[in-house]
Amino acid sequence: MSRSTNLSEAKLVRAAPVFAALGDPTRLRLVARLCRDGPLSIARLSESSDVTRQAVTKHLHALSKAGLVCGRRRGRESIWELELQRLKLARASLNQISQQWDAAIGRLKAFVEK
Amino acid sequence: MSETDRIEKKVTLRAPRSRVWRAIANADQFGEWFGVKLEAVFAPGITVRGKITYPGYEHLTMEMMVERIEPETYFAYRWHPYAIQPGVDYSAEPTTLVEFRLEEVEGGTLLTIVESGFDQIPAARRAEAFRMNEQGWAVQTRNIEKYVSEH
Repeated sequence: MSRSTNLSEAKLVRAAPVFAALGDPTRLRLVARLCRDGPLSIARLSESSDVTRQAVTKHLHALSKAGLVCGRRRGRESIWELELQRLKLARASLNQISQQWDAAIGRLKAFVEK
Repeated sequence: MSETDRIEKKVTLRAPRSRVWRAIANADQFGEWFGVKLEAVFAPGITVRGKITYPGYEHLTMEMMVERIEPETYFAYRWHPYAIQPGVDYSAEPTTLVEFRLEEVEGGTLLTIVESGFDQIPAARRAEAFRMNEQGWAVQTRNIEKYVSEH
C-alpha cells in the first residue's frame, strides 16, 4: 500500500466521528445556528425549537466529543461556539499582535542603529 | 502549549548589546521606540504605567508589571495584551508574559522577543479586541482613501 493511501485512510478514520456527529438533524441544526449567529447559550439554542434544553445539552456534548463545538462557562450558564471559529479568531488576533510586534521591532531597529 | 498561545520574533540588530539593552531596559528609551511615555523606571516587581504616544492610540494607558531583569541578557514583564478599550478595568484578567533575550552575534545583537499566555485570555476578549482593531484599520483605510481623493 502506498504512503499516500495510508494517510488518507488515517484521515478517513479521524473524520468518521465528525460525520457521525453531524448525522442527526437536530445536531446539524445546532451547528448551522452556531455558524450563523456565533457563540450562544443553551437557553438561546433551545428557543424556537421543539427540543428540550436537556436534549440540546446532550447533543452539544456529542458535537463537543467530535471536536466540532466547545463550551465555556460564563456566570451560571454555558456558552457554546464552533471550535473552528474559536481557532480562526484566536489565530487572527494573534496575527494582529504579531504585526504590531513587527512594527515595534522596526522602530527599535531604527532607534538602536541610528 | 498550543499553536495559538505564543508569538516569537527574532531579529539581528546592527548595534552593540549594551546599546540594545539600554533601548529595552531603560524606560525612557523603551518609550521612544515603543511609543509610550512611561512614568517610572523598570525594576523587578514594579508596575510601570504610561500614556501611549503612538498615533491613533493616544487615549490609552499602558501598564507593565516588570517580572525579571538580568542585565544585558534578559528582560521580562507582564501586561494585558488586549487592553484597548478606555475605561475598562482589566486588572482581574489574565496577562501575557513578554520576554526579551539578548545575545551577542557577529555584526550585532540577536534579539528574541516571546509573548506567551494568549490561550489564558478569554476568547470573548480576543474576539472583541480583534474586531476593534479591524474597525481601526477600516477607519485608517478610509482616511487614506479620503486623503488621496482630495489631494
